[in-house]
Amino acid sequence: MTTDTNKAPALKEWPLWEVFIRSKQGLEHKHCGSLHAADARQALQMARDVYTRRQEGVSIWVVPSAQITASEPDDKAEFFEPMGDKIYRHPTFYEIPDEVGHM
Amino acid sequence: MGAATMERPTVQADYLLHLADNALVLGQRNAEWCGHGPILEEDIAMANVSLDLIGQARLLYQEAARRIGGDATEDTLAYFRDAPAFRNYTLLELPHRVGLVGYAQSDIDYSVTLVRNFLYGSLMVLVWDALQRSSDEALAAIAAKSLKEAKYHLRHASDWMVRLGDGSDESHARMQAALDHLMPYTQEFWTASDVESQAQASGAAVDVAALRAQWDALVDEVLADATLQRPALPKGYITEGKRGVHSEHLSYLLAEMQSLARAHPGATW
Repeated sequence: MTTDTNKAPALKEWPLWEVFIRSKQGLEHKHCGSLHAADARQALQMARDVYTRRQEGVSIWVVPSAQITASEPDDKAEFFEPMGDKIYRHPTFYEIPDEVGHM
Repeated sequence: MGAATMERPTVQADYLLHLADNALVLGQRNAEWCGHGPILEEDIAMANVSLDLIGQARLLYQEAARRIGGDATEDTLAYFRDAPAFRNYTLLELPHRVGLVGYAQSDIDYSVTLVRNFLYGSLMVLVWDALQRSSDEALAAIAAKSLKEAKYHLRHASDWMVRLGDGSDESHARMQAALDHLMPYTQEFWTASDVESQAQASGAAVDVAALRAQWDALVDEVLADATLQRPALPKGYITEGKRGVHSEHLSYLLAEMQSLARAHPGATW
């Protein structure tokens, strides 16, 4: 595979990007969907047009989907199921004094 | 002292109609891409541009209707005037294709859409910027809102100018052809109509001809990045859409836009 980008063939399909929107200051960015775009600048612009049309956001992140390493659905059994019977990992056994209020 | 003498200068309804018709006609034209855009994301982006323009048109028609009085409403102004009463630039009513013939849907070309949005957007960021300082308070408020939208429209169009102008051989050729086709129509910007001259004289409107050097600079900068050649302007007829003398294309556009409202006057849903 050549590293000379000038000789790289043009892509027929634009790469996929994941879009994260922060709905207001102080909140975290949340994943809201994905889109196709030629590069990061265009992905940001398209995310603005596709995902913030109804005032959903004050900030946008875009990440190339290829850069995300995801867990495999096939790994579900060994990844997640062992936690099913470890209810003691939920801090539900503490008594919270009334003065503390909502936690 | 009467209140009238204290009032700040305002523009005539005809001047608002010129601005409104520009926005509505281009909004309607661009909306033809809705559902037919080159890709999903761009389809939505262009529909957003259309909705912004139609929103600007509504505010301007509402204000014009107040000044005209009588039975005038935004709907009578948009749907019940015929082509000779429209005051938009001819540039904005042209179909999305380079040739002056050809009727098939497949003849339309996105390069024309983008170049037109770029040429008009470059003008409107300057016009709205000037008008937000107008002594006409209603117009100044509409201008301030529209300026933000126009800046995004120009950014969107400029981005595509560079991507496609400096893209493949075919995309470059199409953008150059669209530019060669549309640039002559921009000459209409620079010769004031009677309506514009009156509005300028009142001090409440902008002298568009005075913006020409800034427009040239905005356009030339993007064309250079896009590796596109600015065509020499032909000497000869300068279009007069803003004086009500339109191309044959406007009536077809209006027929599609107005037929429903005329078939069912006063219908609501």
